[in-house]
Amino acid sequence: MVDVYVPYVTRVEGHGNIVVREKDGEVEIRWEVPESPRFYEAMVRGKPWDVVPHITSRICGICAPGHTLASINAIEDAFNAKPTLQTWRMRKLLSHGGMIQSHALHAFFLALPDFAGAPSVIAMAPTHTEAVLAAVRLKKLGNDIADLIGGRAVHPCSALVGGFGRIPTEKELLQLRSKLQQGLADIKLMVDVYRSVLPNIPKFERKTEYISLHWEKEYPWIDGDVVSSEGGVVSYRDYLKFVHEWVKPYSTAKRAKNVFTSYAVGALARVNNNFDQLSDSAKEAAEILQYKRPCYNPFYNNICQVIETVHCIEDSIRTIERMLADGLKEEGIQKPSIGAGRGVGAVEVPRGILFHDYTFNETGHMVCANLVIPTNQNHENIEDDFRAWVPKMLQEGRTDDEIAFNLEMLVRSYDPCISCSTHTIRVEFKRG
Amino acid sequence: MSKPKVAVYDFTGCEGCELQILNCEEYLLDIVGRIEIVYWREAATPPAGAPNRYDGREVVEADIALVDGGITTPHDVERIKKIREKSKVLVAMGSCACFGGINALKNDFPMEEVKRVVYGDMARHFETIPAAPMSNYVKVDYMLPGCPMVKDEFLKFFKSLLLGKTKWVLPDYPVCVECKLKENVCVFEKGMFCLGPVTRAGCGANCPSFGVGCEGCRGLVPDPNTNAALDVLTERGLTLEDAVKRMKLFCNALEPVSRLDVWTKTE
Repeated sequence: MVDVYVPYVTRVEGHGNIVVREKDGEVEIRWEVPESPRFYEAMVRGKPWDVVPHITSRICGICAPGHTLASINAIEDAFNAKPTLQTWRMRKLLSHGGMIQSHALHAFFLALPDFAGAPSVIAMAPTHTEAVLAAVRLKKLGNDIADLIGGRAVHPCSALVGGFGRIPTEKELLQLRSKLQQGLADIKLMVDVYRSVLPNIPKFERKTEYISLHWEKEYPWIDGDVVSSEGGVVSYRDYLKFVHEWVKPYSTAKRAKNVFTSYAVGALARVNNNFDQLSDSAKEAAEILQYKRPCYNPFYNNICQVIETVHCIEDSIRTIERMLADGLKEEGIQKPSIGAGRGVGAVEVPRGILFHDYTFNETGHMVCANLVIPTNQNHENIEDDFRAWVPKMLQEGRTDDEIAFNLEMLVRSYDPCISCSTHTIRVEFKRG
Repeated sequence: MSKPKVAVYDFTGCEGCELQILNCEEYLLDIVGRIEIVYWREAATPPAGAPNRYDGREVVEADIALVDGGITTPHDVERIKKIREKSKVLVAMGSCACFGGINALKNDFPMEEVKRVVYGDMARHFETIPAAPMSNYVKVDYMLPGCPMVKDEFLKFFKSLLLGKTKWVLPDYPVCVECKLKENVCVFEKGMFCLGPVTRAGCGANCPSFGVGCEGCRGLVPDPNTNAALDVLTERGLTLEDAVKRMKLFCNALEPVSRLDVWTKTE
């Protein structure tokens, strides 16, 4: 008689419960999200376009750079504005800052303790001192990028529609470049740490549809169209052709599906869909970490976060060098021409593809908004993984505690960002 | 002296203020070494010997409770009261906890309406109440406003608290003062809009220093002249309605902004 109930899974951002309950011979498996509803889509109605990114950034403390960039993209799309090359490069740097910070926090602080058999990264400090210090430096590196480029790592302020409030100085960029070079050494160490825990990563696999951005020019972050691993590409503006959102009563977070009953987004989806465009060192890291495409093991999401961190650090260095080669310019803020219309911003944030879809009236005030959050797109996929894995674990005769631990670990591997998606995790496990 | 027991709790919000604690990277291990963390769902699995799973309803005895996020559901109200009972010192981190913050933007709409906009005909499954300062429900000992709370301010506060100092005073002057000291060009001169004249300082004029206007995220200074601030904004080209909406961004649950009755419904 299975009876597992894990309320408020730890080391995730936000609140979620896991329920596995056996009743009349049937096992009920639920991934519940009881996070307090947030109502951003309601709150932004009637707000002038230029305050919207400041509001939507507050959806999430961790993915704030991503929300800011999606918001700016959506507004510029609605007003047919295009960023300058320097602005676009700075936006990509801001995205890399957010990505490195979030990936370091998740892969090294929240997930790694599972694979290393420790309750938290703090407990690992005495035995893995060098690794913990490298992880701390990498997280700080992400924040340093976002602080310099965005004006603040949590809720960046200086990225605006039409440009940046402040352009960094050459000296600041050179200092950042040398920190990034230290970062390359640190991430190499962390790749080795992850290689050493590979045997502890569960061998669970399930055929899954992966959805991400794809851009012909380079690995996609803030540009591109929507691609599915099950075939097909749609313009970012037609994302609703792939993203079918629905609501479950026990979950304040919405869910989404496309070809199957669920699909996954995130680092694993991005790497599966865009592997060829990764930087050379990132591909090397993938080989060291035994990543093979297509990978259907959700725990490899953590591995892919490490691979992407390598890529982001390298690409940041390259981007800074290009900015310096072209010379820094004071371009001011380009005011868009305001008019009625709809705009979509599709960007890749640490947890997957994010859409901000806005409709403005002729004075540039928000008529309605649709925000599709990565974690929401993963909730049903998490539940489908539970449904596939629990019966196997029951067959293997695992105890309730083992099942609960594995499911928690699975949830964490998705790096759910539940505040964002509330629109969370609890394990309730009852053998009937 | 034994280490003070610290619990970190979150309510409705982005958890960015908790992240600000983690963002104190270079000081984090020093801080952690001087306290005993008895509850922090976001960052740690419970220590051995503690109840084996955190339960949302579970509240632990603590010397210091650090709380972020806003009270926006009936369940939140019950939980913050329990936290108050079990905590010697209650610290509100960030604007949501201090005075309602961004969550209070929904207060301009009927609650039934906001539920319907997001969840459609499933709205009945979700409960929500207008966002309000945490101090409306419980006694709050210390406030660290800001969206997010300011890292340096948190470090200074937390150090003084660990040293046993009980007095903590927030700046009672506006962001403009810090901005002038930094010799920034006034963003109004660049054609931008700024709430610095009526917003509580303490952030080091972060946003104007990055060339953009103050969003008012730290709330209002004591006795703010909001009318004069609205005059400045409208003189510079904003409609009164948009100026009010800007002021409401973080302060919609704060007097006197909460009383500014400009209809913000969409047509």
